[in-house]
This record gives sequence, structure tokens and C-alpha cells, in this order.
Amino acid sequence: MLARTVTHALVGLDARRVEVEAHLQLGVPAFAIVGLADRACQEAKERVRSGIASAELEWPTRRITVNLAPAELRKEGSGFDLPIALAVLAASRQVPPEALGGHAAVGELALDGRLRPVGGVLAAAEGARQAGLSHLLCAAESAAEAALAGVQPVPLRHLAEAVAYLRGEWVPPPPDPITAASNGNGATPPVPDLADVRGQERARRALELAAAGAHHLLLGGPPGTGKTMLARRLPGILPRLPPEQALEVTRIHSVAGLLAPGRPLVTVPPFRAPHHTASVASIVGGGSSPRPGEASLAHHGVLFLDEFGEFPRNALEALRQPLEDGAVSIARVGGKIVFPARFQLVATMNLCPCGARGDPAAECSCSAARLAAYRDKLSRALLDRFDLVVTVPRPRARELAGSPGEASVAVRERVVPARERARGDPLRRSTPAEELLSRAVERLPLSARGRARVARVAHTAALLAGVEEVAPEHVAEALSYRSPSELGMP
Amino acid sequence: MSDLALAAFAAETNSHVVEEPRERRFQRFRRGFDEASYRAGLRAQGLRFLGRSDSGYPALLCELHDPPAGLFVRGAAGVELLARPAVAVVGARACSSYGAQVARLLGRELAAAGLVVISGLARGVDGEAHRGALEANGATTAVLGCGIDRDYPAAHAQLAGRICENGLVVSEYAPGVEPAPWRFPARNRVIAGLAAATIVVEARERSGALITADFALEAGREVFAVPGEITSSLSSGTNALLRVGATPLTSAADVLEALGVEPMPQGDELVGETAARVLTALSTEPAGVNDLVAATGLDAASVATALAELELARAVAEAYGLYRAVRPQG
Repeated sequence: MLARTVTHALVGLDARRVEVEAHLQLGVPAFAIVGLADRACQEAKERVRSGIASAELEWPTRRITVNLAPAELRKEGSGFDLPIALAVLAASRQVPPEALGGHAAVGELALDGRLRPVGGVLAAAEGARQAGLSHLLCAAESAAEAALAGVQPVPLRHLAEAVAYLRGEWVPPPPDPITAASNGNGATPPVPDLADVRGQERARRALELAAAGAHHLLLGGPPGTGKTMLARRLPGILPRLPPEQALEVTRIHSVAGLLAPGRPLVTVPPFRAPHHTASVASIVGGGSSPRPGEASLAHHGVLFLDEFGEFPRNALEALRQPLEDGAVSIARVGGKIVFPARFQLVATMNLCPCGARGDPAAECSCSAARLAAYRDKLSRALLDRFDLVVTVPRPRARELAGSPGEASVAVRERVVPARERARGDPLRRSTPAEELLSRAVERLPLSARGRARVARVAHTAALLAGVEEVAPEHVAEALSYRSPSELGMP
Repeated sequence: MSDLALAAFAAETNSHVVEEPRERRFQRFRRGFDEASYRAGLRAQGLRFLGRSDSGYPALLCELHDPPAGLFVRGAAGVELLARPAVAVVGARACSSYGAQVARLLGRELAAAGLVVISGLARGVDGEAHRGALEANGATTAVLGCGIDRDYPAAHAQLAGRICENGLVVSEYAPGVEPAPWRFPARNRVIAGLAAATIVVEARERSGALITADFALEAGREVFAVPGEITSSLSSGTNALLRVGATPLTSAADVLEALGVEPMPQGDELVGETAARVLTALSTEPAGVNDLVAATGLDAASVATALAELELARAVAEAYGLYRAVRPQG
């Protein structure tokens, strides 16, 4: 007796259709899974057997062969438990095989038969929709996520419910629609507020420009001046993700298993802050079966690298590809996997290894050789990506004693319209603005790339000001954000 | 005509030679020395040699009691540049941002007035003085303490290239001579010897820049020192110079006056009203943007705009987030 269920295996972020075939034959009772199943997948045998017993169903005393087709595709993870169990049950006619038509299944089984959620349900659901399947059997916790893809989820808490549903004895409750209430502002994790930052007007302004123009931002300065504190407040002034971007981010976070239960759609721009001891693979993604790295998890959000100069050089250089292309491509023998990685890079660094540079109260004790080594670690090619470079000085006592700064909400009210206007046609530069830019190229050490950087920031300043033309004052302000290669001078 | 042989012998024996030695070794070397092919080798590398007995050898340099046997020269300018009125701007390698900014200002203004700015291509004050002269499209000469074919420090190779476009890089030492600590004081005597006046921008006690000042005094040249904070160790050398009678330098005009050079008429560029307010706030001490926001009551964007305007007008300079008014305050 033979039966089939459909599920999906993840290759990067893509779901590939996998048919789970179960065949029962006469012979010595045995259970074998074939079709390039990895270890977690092989262990499904024990979970499926216990799960079926716990659901008070019968484990067929036959020679059972489960094949995961296509056989050349590697299958990993525990999401195959449910489809394997259903295929075995259908093959032994405990559920009607024809009821499985139009259904895909994904989920891990507990030994007591309960269903556990797995990562990548959104991708699997999208795969199901593309394959023309209308329903996805999945854990109740994953139902809302599956619904995002436009298939009808069948939320299950236990294997017995799946059997009852397929026998037509039980109708699952409709999943909660994703509403603003369940997913909107109220339910988002708290982001620290800009009101906590006193003084630091310069860096606040740079943060606002960075938010409005999605510019990469480098905060330099002595330790303990609030660089990290400022950077962590950037997500709070960024606009919410538009629906199509939210779905892209959700897909990546789903594969990484990072979605918060009950809040499947990621609407707040993600903020990722890997530590400087992180490996190259953890930052840009990788592994034998490639998984998204921090750069991809920060897609449409902020990748924050604290102590930029302390990261291994090869990890920083690996970021150049995503900074250029907005995607990470990982080549493997079996093919190339592309993870989107269009993030906004925010980094902080001390101005010298001892950290005293830029602090009037301390004297730098770094030798010229140490300084040069510190500077050489960051290639100019990478530093040139930062449109905005500001030094964050030690705050003065009266600043700290002053009133709290402007709240994030107020800043975001200026950022959101500027971002919307940025989608339209680019603003023209007025003639005086053009002249100022040319004069600056002559007078300052400003390369062609530097000129483009100034032009971009000036454009954002004009958008924030709400005017229709880039005026000289916007160019002048943009010029005041130093080029990063000057940070280490003289 | 043994100047070149002398210089080549010094390089060969890794020694410092200004007079013909009586050693037999030198006589042997000289007999085997093929001057024509050596000169051809120099030409092939784009180098020139100006011997002590050549007519173009700078007269000022001859006044030293031990003038170099000759100078190796590279760069696009003619060797006449060495005879033009020149000022040496020297100082600490590990200088403060104040020192760097003053050196650049002096380099720029002296070069704009038509003087040649001489320095040693070192990090810190030296490099900034060269850069200032280049900013003014003026002529500048770098004197090396190693073989003429080396750029030392290597980090200033690009700067040396820019100096060569319109000025000169010179050295007493033949190609192939490695930099060594004992050669730098000798290099300093060439800097002092080529210049009509020497300005020490910033120096600790026992700094190499003070050696340059000593050579300048010995040769009877004017020595200027830029006054610094009495509490800063970086100013102890310059302040000590002032105490023993160096002329305090308060603006580039002091040097021009002492040398009898007409200052170029250069009206200060006019800046807007907001920028003028920011400049006033900077007149007492350097400040960051946050301080200026507090002092002027302007918002951060306007202060940034004003600072960029002032920077373009070269009225302020920035280092590590601190802005400083770089025109001497009247």
C-alpha cells in the first residue's frame, strides 16, 4: 500500500517541493527513511512512531519505507515529521489518502503527539501556494505565519487533530486575522527612545539624516560618550516597513527561526548587533547548508557594528558585497544561494586603539605604528560607504544636566514624510548649490566618490527641510560630515 | 669635480662625508668611479645632482660651515627654486591638532606670498606645512634624511609625489641610502641652511625641530617660534625657544615683514551672518558642534552649515570633531 504527502525543503530562502512517499510491504517489520535525509530527519523515525502511538493510532507492523523525493535534494530539520506521519497513516488507511490532496504539511512531532512549530513556514507556505496547493497543515503557532503567504492554514495542536480533520470529523477554528492590534505598534518590542539622549545635537541630527536617507552612518569618538546609545535608537525613528518589505523580512526571520510567537509579520525594521567576535559566516551567512547571516537578518533594517575597528578584517571585507549589491550570494557545489541583505550600516569606532583621541581630557598614548595598523584595518573602500561620519564628543556637564532631548516619535514624524518624498523624482540642485559643490571639490580634499556622498546627504537634508530644490545650505551641511578617511588624520 | 664621487663614496661606505677624506680607500674608490655612467643612472631614475662647485648650488647653503658635497634632486621644478627666498616650517611629528592647523595655515599663507616652504616630509607639522603650501598652489621643497630615491615616511609617498609636481624633493644622500637616526640632525642642517628663516611650530624639549632652530641660529638666520600653551608638553620646546630670544610668531605677516616680502593682498572671504556668529563663538577656544549649538542657540543643522561655510573660507579647521578658528585673532 502506497500513500503520498507533500511538504517543502528549504534551499536558502526558497522552498522546494518534496513528496513524502510511504510504502507498506509484507515482511519483517521495519522502518526506513531514504532520500538524503540528514540526521535530524532520520531521527523522525522515533518521533513519528511515538507520536502515532500517543495519538492512539496504530503503528503498522509492516516493512515501512519512506522516500523523500526528489532524492538528490538534501533534506534537513524536523519539519518532515508531520508529513511522514501522515504518509504512514494514509498508507495504512487510517486516514483517507484522497483527503490529503491539495494539502501540504510541515511540523515537528513531540513524543506525545503534539505539534511543534518549525522555522521557514512562511517560505513553505509560499511554496505550497506556488505549487497550487490550497491548504497547509502546520502547528497552531505557525498558522498566522502561513496565512501571510495566502494559503489556508490548518492549525493543529496534536497529531490526533490532523487525523480527525482529514477524516472530516473536526473543523479547525479559523486563525486570527493579522491585524494592526496583533502586529502593530502596540505589540512591538520596546525600542529605546531618543529622549534619553541629552545634548549631542550633532549626532542626533546625523541620526535623523541617516534615518531619512537610509545612509550608512559612522559614529567616531572616545569611549563612553554615547555612540552605542545613539545607534540603538535608530530603529525608533525609522518608518514602519511597507507590506512587501515586511514580507521579505519575515521570510528571512522565519527561516532563521526568529519570529516572535503570535506576531508573525515583522513590521518594525530589524536591528541586528553582532558582537565583534562574530565569525564571517555568522555575519554574511554561510554554513554547509547556507543559512542567512546577520547581514541578511538586518535586511531592510539596521546592521549595527559596535567597535567597528575590532571586527576581523575579513568579516568587514565580506560586507562589501552586500553593501554593493544588497544581497549575499553563497556558492556551494550544489549551486548558488542568494540571501537579500539590503541593510543600513551603522558603526561606531574609537579614533585610535587607546581611545583617547578626540577627548580633550585625555592624551593619546598610541604610537604612530599602532595608529597606522588601526587605520589599515579598515580599507578605504569600506570606509567610503559611509555617507555620514560624525564624531561624538564627551558630553559637557551642563548638557547632561539639561532637559531630555526630543522624543523618537517627534523625530519620526519628520523622517516619514522625507522617506515618502524620497520615492519620488530626485530634487534638482539650485545653481548656487551646484557652484558651492564645485568650489568644495576644488578646495577640500574631496574625491569623486566624496562628491557623490555629499550630493546624496544634501538631497536628504533638502527632503527633510520639505523644500523642492537642494539649496546651498543643504550642500554646506552635507560637507560638514567628514569623509571617513579623514578620521585617522593627521 | 669630485662632489659626486664624494657623495657616492658616502653612500658606498654608509658614512657622512662633506670633505675629501685622506683615506686610501677613497682614492681607490675614486679611481674606480665612473662618473659618466653614474650620472646616466641618475638621469634614468629622473634624478639630478647639484654639486657644491656647481654655479646653481644655493648660496645660503654655502654659508654653513659644513655644506653638503651636493644635493640630489627630484621633482618637476628647476634647481633655481633652491635659490628663491624660502622659509622652513618644522615641528613635532606627534603634534596636536593646534600644531597641525597652524602649520597648514603658515604653509598656505607663506606660499601664497611667494615664499618657498621648506620642511622635512615627516609626519605631523612637516607634512601639514607641505600640504598648506600645496593648497595655495605654491612651491615647496622637502628635504629628506635618507637616500633621494626613498619616500620616508612611506605614508607620505603620495605627498612626496604631489610636492614633486610643482616643487622639489632634495637630499644630501645618494640613492640607496637607508634612513638612520643619526642622519636626521644632518638633514635638519640642510633645512635650516636652505631657508632664510626657520619657524618652529610645536616642539617638545629635545625635539629634532630645536636642532633645526640651533642650526639656523648658528648660521645667523631668523628663528620664529609659535607660542603655545604653557601647560602643554608639546609647547615646552617652542616656549623655551621664545624665552631665550626667538621671535614670537603671531601670524604669517610677522615672517613676511622680517624678510621684507610684500604680503599678497588677500581680503578675508566674507561669510554670512550666521557663520559670523559661529566664528565669534569660536574666537576664545575650540569647540564642537554641540558646544556651538549651546553657545549660539542655533540648531545643529544651521551650525553644521555655518561651519562648512567657514571651513571653505578657511577660517576654521576641524580635527576629531573640534573646530578651531585658524585665522589669528586680532
